[in-house]
Amino acid sequence: MNQQDVVCGMMVDAASATHRSHFDTKEYVFCSANCQRKFEADPAQYVHPELVEATGAMAATNRLGQSGTAVALPPVQTPAATALATLDIEGMTCASCASFVEKSLSRTPGVHKALVNYATERATVEYLPGQASPETLKEAVIKAGYGVAAPAAPDTSAADRQAELDEQKAVAYQKLKRRLWVAVALAAVVMVLSMVMLWPALAARINMQGLNYVLLALALPVLLYSGREFYTSAWNAFKHRAANMDTLIAVGTGAAFLYSVAATVAPHFFMQHGLMPEVYYDTTATIIALILVGKVLEQRAKTQTSAAIKSLMSLQAKTARVVHGEQEIDLPIEQVRPGDVVVVRPGEKVATDGVVVLGHSAVDEAMLTGESLPVEKKEGDTVFGATLNKTGSFRFRVTKVGAETMLSQIVKLVEDAQGSRAPIQRLADKVSAIFVPTVVCIAILTFLLWFDLAPEATRFPLALVNFVAVLIIACPCALGLATPTAIMVSTGKGAENGVLIRNAEALEKAHQVTTILLDKTGTITRGEPAVTDFTVAAGHEAGQVLQAVAAVERQSEHPLAEAVVRYAEAQQAPRVSVEGFRAVEGRGATATVGGEQVVIGNQRLLAEAGIELPTELSAKATELLGQAKTVLYVAIGSQGVALIGVADTVRETSAAAIRRLQAMGLEVVMMTGDNPQTAEKIAQQVGIKRYFAEVLPQDKASKVQELQAEGRVVAMVGDGINDAPALAQADIGLAMGGGTDVAMEAAGITLMRSDLQGVVTAIDLSKQTIQTIRQNLFFAFIYNVLGIPIAAGVLYPLLGISLSPMLAAGAMALSSVSVLTNSLRLRSFTGATSQG
Amino acid sequence: MDTSEIIVTLAGLGLIAFVLWYFFFSTRQVVSAVSSSTGVQEVDVTVKGGYSPDVIEVEKGKPVQLHFYRDEEASCSEEILFPDFGIRRELPAYQTTLIELLPQQEGRFEFTCGMGMLRGSLLVK
Repeated sequence: MNQQDVVCGMMVDAASATHRSHFDTKEYVFCSANCQRKFEADPAQYVHPELVEATGAMAATNRLGQSGTAVALPPVQTPAATALATLDIEGMTCASCASFVEKSLSRTPGVHKALVNYATERATVEYLPGQASPETLKEAVIKAGYGVAAPAAPDTSAADRQAELDEQKAVAYQKLKRRLWVAVALAAVVMVLSMVMLWPALAARINMQGLNYVLLALALPVLLYSGREFYTSAWNAFKHRAANMDTLIAVGTGAAFLYSVAATVAPHFFMQHGLMPEVYYDTTATIIALILVGKVLEQRAKTQTSAAIKSLMSLQAKTARVVHGEQEIDLPIEQVRPGDVVVVRPGEKVATDGVVVLGHSAVDEAMLTGESLPVEKKEGDTVFGATLNKTGSFRFRVTKVGAETMLSQIVKLVEDAQGSRAPIQRLADKVSAIFVPTVVCIAILTFLLWFDLAPEATRFPLALVNFVAVLIIACPCALGLATPTAIMVSTGKGAENGVLIRNAEALEKAHQVTTILLDKTGTITRGEPAVTDFTVAAGHEAGQVLQAVAAVERQSEHPLAEAVVRYAEAQQAPRVSVEGFRAVEGRGATATVGGEQVVIGNQRLLAEAGIELPTELSAKATELLGQAKTVLYVAIGSQGVALIGVADTVRETSAAAIRRLQAMGLEVVMMTGDNPQTAEKIAQQVGIKRYFAEVLPQDKASKVQELQAEGRVVAMVGDGINDAPALAQADIGLAMGGGTDVAMEAAGITLMRSDLQGVVTAIDLSKQTIQTIRQNLFFAFIYNVLGIPIAAGVLYPLLGISLSPMLAAGAMALSSVSVLTNSLRLRSFTGATSQG
Repeated sequence: MDTSEIIVTLAGLGLIAFVLWYFFFSTRQVVSAVSSSTGVQEVDVTVKGGYSPDVIEVEKGKPVQLHFYRDEEASCSEEILFPDFGIRRELPAYQTTLIELLPQQEGRFEFTCGMGMLRGSLLVK
């Protein structure tokens, strides 16, 4: 016998209930220990009949607006007057606990509506901010005997973090520009005044020492304001026994400036020692101005290297229209939980990942997959956050939120890839680590050599100028930027084209590939059956038969039936009604259409029904079976009338993609579980010369090994479902079709779009990136290897050429900018499909 | 060679020796991570022209939380990289950035700035 739990109103089997309690000579049963505890704390409250009735009703209808208080409130509330709060409720053990919390919240003064969802353990409360507050709401929950979880630490999304960083960077950029303009303006004046010395007539008329003081006054702000960061940064690094780019600039300009100050303040001391008291304020100011030009350009280019990932992050929807009972409420995306039902209207962004529960539409998924054609979505299909709904309106149940969504995973993957180090970078890394102290030593040596070898009268200025030139021309930045900037641009570019690169190593490996091994199913072919042949016996009308067949198959859930339905819909066969549908396990299905019995299934189904095929159909069946196709037999009114050939079909794009891979000089090899005849047919169809047939799933990895043993660098392409070991065994694994998590783990590259063009894109991108990195590294090395000796004056004894520190500053500013600009060229990369 | 040449040469060579010793051979500060009650190893690192401490000792197999406080605006330190852990993070100026990782292997793992000039290392024991 069932008895009601007086606490929550649930019906409990009185005979088997384990939670029992006695009160007032009567025994009560409870659904859980929690209800029992509550009852025992205050039994009188629960045996009160009105309340029991009320809670029972609440349990039955756990919906917004059912509680007394909400009904009592004026029905029309201006939305602006109310605020929305969500509370994470703790301690709810059954669905009816939710109604207790709801009731308690609804009774709180100022609360307009309260909804408690037991599944998500969350209360959504609409309240009047003047009369209620999150604190009073919390108290109400506690009064009801439950707890409120502390709000999760403000989980700033990646986009927010990025926005903050961007803001900070924008401020820094403005500051940098201001510093540049001050330096440029003052340096220009200093230059003009310094040129006075070029006119002896003019120089004779003015007080040189006075002019030097003017120059000092003009150069000082350039150092202290525009160049201050170089000195503080160099000093901070020095304290850490580290040296960076700023160290070089600081030492170089600092030495020139201090020498000039000494020459300005105490020219007599210099003259006593046979030296001209020359000043280098123009050099100092110009170096700083030029290096700042370089920095401004560098900063501007750098923000573009991460443009792709920023645009990915910005795709995240801000709000979702969540269905609450009869109403739709706009909720901030952070408050949406799995299980919520979200409405999407035409032209709107899908808020998060989920499964369609109502309606159908076409959704543009280009931002995630690179696929330019909208994808049809109907009930049961998965939709992804950040994609764009085109035509219809639909509702979906949220399955993933926050960091678990496809978009977040893509962003994370790209971020991780951008953080990884490419093996090609190793040498540059080793050089960077010792670069600055080494250059400082070379500069000191340069100074010594000039000082010891040059004529006495000019030895000090020459030594100083060349010392400064060496320090200034050396540019570790170009080395440091060469690889990471290219990797950043290309991983972002890959994501735009639906190619997710796991790390820099994968990108590097992909360009060394010599052989591409394709797992036939799901890569070359669609991996799902499709109708290839539809033959109707003489005397029957194809359209009529198809219409009847489709009507029956619509009722079935078999994959072959779905293929038939897709075919019928593509042929635009009209829909007709069916009666008495019956699935025959492992054989097929029957139903009555338009008064006639329709039988669809394998040969056995027809044989058992005693139906014979006309000879023309039997011959066709033999032919189809010979082509390794699955044959469905159709009988109408106990007469064999048609045959349907079903097979896994080759994607339209496969042959073109394979041709392009072959044109890149790669050998394309196919492996399949099919028999050799079928394998050969498919291979011929797509232009593959070498293939492995009858490969068992567990042998896939060993086929990869077999190719590797031939000395090939193998890229394995699979749909990831049972290819994980082979993907991992290959030098580089490419998982196709959005990939399962397992495949994404095993694969170096994940292709979001299900066609082989993605492989072309990936290999192409890898080749272009590695080429760019090589150019960058070559330039950065050669620049320093040539620049430093020239600045040191090796050409002087031969050609009489020595490099002015100002030219050195210009060269150095341009070197890192050139490397960056070269990396940014990768932004013009276009995926395989867009090239046709 | 006159006197001043000798003096300058000796001073210069001395300076080179100092630079080499100071940047490459001098000993560095080592700090061991403090394990909290939850088993997380936490270390505060200040970023200002370098990392202090720049050698951090942690235990294998326990999660590590590194709190990087960037106490400057100089662009050299704007990024931090843990190449072996695949981490590249931007460090906002005058803010603390949390980096979490789980060392699974013993050894010395370098972390550097975006261009590999500022260096520190994680000693996993």
